[in-house]
Amino acid sequence: MQSILASFDLPLLIASLIKIVFLVFLVILPMVAYSVYAERRVSAIIQDRVGPNRTGIPLTLLGFKKDIQIFGIGGLLQPMADGLKFILKEDFTPRSVNTFYYWLAPCLTMVPALMTAAVMPFGSELDLSWAGLGAPFKMVIADLNVGPLYMFAISSLGVYGIVLAGWASNSKYPFLGGVRASAQMISYEISLGLSIIPAIMIFGELNLGKMSAYQDANGWLLLPFWGEGLSLSRWVLLIPIVISFVVFSISLFAETNRTPFDLPECETELVAGYHTEYSSMKFALFFLGEYAAMIIGSGLAVTLFFGGWSIPFGPLLSEWTGLQFHYEAGNTPFYTGLLHIGTFFAKIVGCIIFFVWVRWTLPRFRFDQLMKLGWLVFFEVALLNVFLTALLLWLVPLK
Amino acid sequence: MPTIVVQRPKLAWHEKIFLSGFLNGMRITLGHAIRTFKTLRGSKTVVTMQYPEQKWDESLPEHYRGAPTLVTDEHGRERCVSCQLCEFICPPKAIKIIPGEIPSDDPWAKVEKRPREFEIDMIRCIYCGMCEEVCPEQAIFLRKDYAITGTSRAEMVHDKEKLYEIGGVRTGLVNKWNDLK
Repeated sequence: MQSILASFDLPLLIASLIKIVFLVFLVILPMVAYSVYAERRVSAIIQDRVGPNRTGIPLTLLGFKKDIQIFGIGGLLQPMADGLKFILKEDFTPRSVNTFYYWLAPCLTMVPALMTAAVMPFGSELDLSWAGLGAPFKMVIADLNVGPLYMFAISSLGVYGIVLAGWASNSKYPFLGGVRASAQMISYEISLGLSIIPAIMIFGELNLGKMSAYQDANGWLLLPFWGEGLSLSRWVLLIPIVISFVVFSISLFAETNRTPFDLPECETELVAGYHTEYSSMKFALFFLGEYAAMIIGSGLAVTLFFGGWSIPFGPLLSEWTGLQFHYEAGNTPFYTGLLHIGTFFAKIVGCIIFFVWVRWTLPRFRFDQLMKLGWLVFFEVALLNVFLTALLLWLVPLK
Repeated sequence: MPTIVVQRPKLAWHEKIFLSGFLNGMRITLGHAIRTFKTLRGSKTVVTMQYPEQKWDESLPEHYRGAPTLVTDEHGRERCVSCQLCEFICPPKAIKIIPGEIPSDDPWAKVEKRPREFEIDMIRCIYCGMCEEVCPEQAIFLRKDYAITGTSRAEMVHDKEKLYEIGGVRTGLVNKWNDLK
């Protein structure tokens, strides 16, 4: 018993707990709430509408002149109001459902999406020596050496939530949605997985944190402008990287069930798809899981192709300004650590806005087109891309 | 007329894989987004009417079908003779009338009947205007009031007093009860 207790690394446990609470409850969940708000506002301005602009922080009640607004646009408390509405709504369970699976399904959508956040490096290091804490803390919950593999393994569990929801609802529209979702997500997982192999080949690494560190020092994969990035090899390798980025991002749209691939829930055909029979907080869990998957997916795209937490032109900026903007293992100042965290989430916000922008631009694919695109185009392209990368790495080796 | 054979347009490679279509679409939506965002920043909206602050009351047409009301004529006489036609025609059965007799010492005793109670349940009313159409005495009119609110069901039932209050006075149209000249 004593030896078991002694084997616990208590500081590590506490640090992990703080990181989990910070990442999940202070960043991802609020981010999910506000990406719903962003979705509504951006869709509104794209369609020349106004969007939710009323639910503000009522500073006028406290005697201030104006309510808080960003860029002159109000409605910042809308996510809170939405959340309150979800809690207060009637949680209706139809009599014909299979209760156990009906309850299990929303959890199975939400939990894998949040679990994948464990390996996401959301910052470089935070040097807390000024607070009397010795070694700098790595800004990742679990510094696994199999980051992308773990992510794919866990996130593919998300399909069970949708399939179970479709089946347990015992109604035709959720059933159709669930069937479509399972076919779609399983097909696109292949091209999603294959498309990142070129990037992994270039990094020679499966640790997401080290990938970010490499890109911080040597230029992002899609922006090789400093360090080793200026070599001929990296510029030649841009060809397979661009291909793999395009395949990856389109597969990500399919994997997260976003328009143009939102067949599992397309409102115009299937009422609401797999979550037709769900209401109140159970519906909210589906909603949260979907947006959390979007955030984690963009996180992976950012980490692989856009340098993760690294500040663009970091080493060059350090040279020009004298302040340190790049990462140096064990020697990154506190402000740079904070800047890295901020950069990472800024990049994710950019990705989310892009997701929303695409959603309100493109029409939905037909199901056969979707399957054709997945199996006859992306699968082959991603596979050939692996060989192309190998060939190029052999012809013009890195370093 | 000779047949016109419409040729399928020859698509370039970027049109075939939807690349140019995608980019064009993204450009158009971004353009709309930026334009609308700019107008929103000054909190002025071009198309959308900011409802509680701005209202469209001035531009309501004459034939607007708002809340049904009862009217009095130029002599202050209740026009309604409680024939109950509106009650019977009302599709959602929102109108309830209890007829009453006009006492013989009343100057309008010759009209014989007027409503003792006249209630319109505004929760049931569908603003169809059939009551107005069917009324032989031109006593019930749909006015321009559209924001009928209340905190209880009872509050949403307009009684006779309330109906005459919203309705006001209408002149002309019905002269049969006037004195002969």
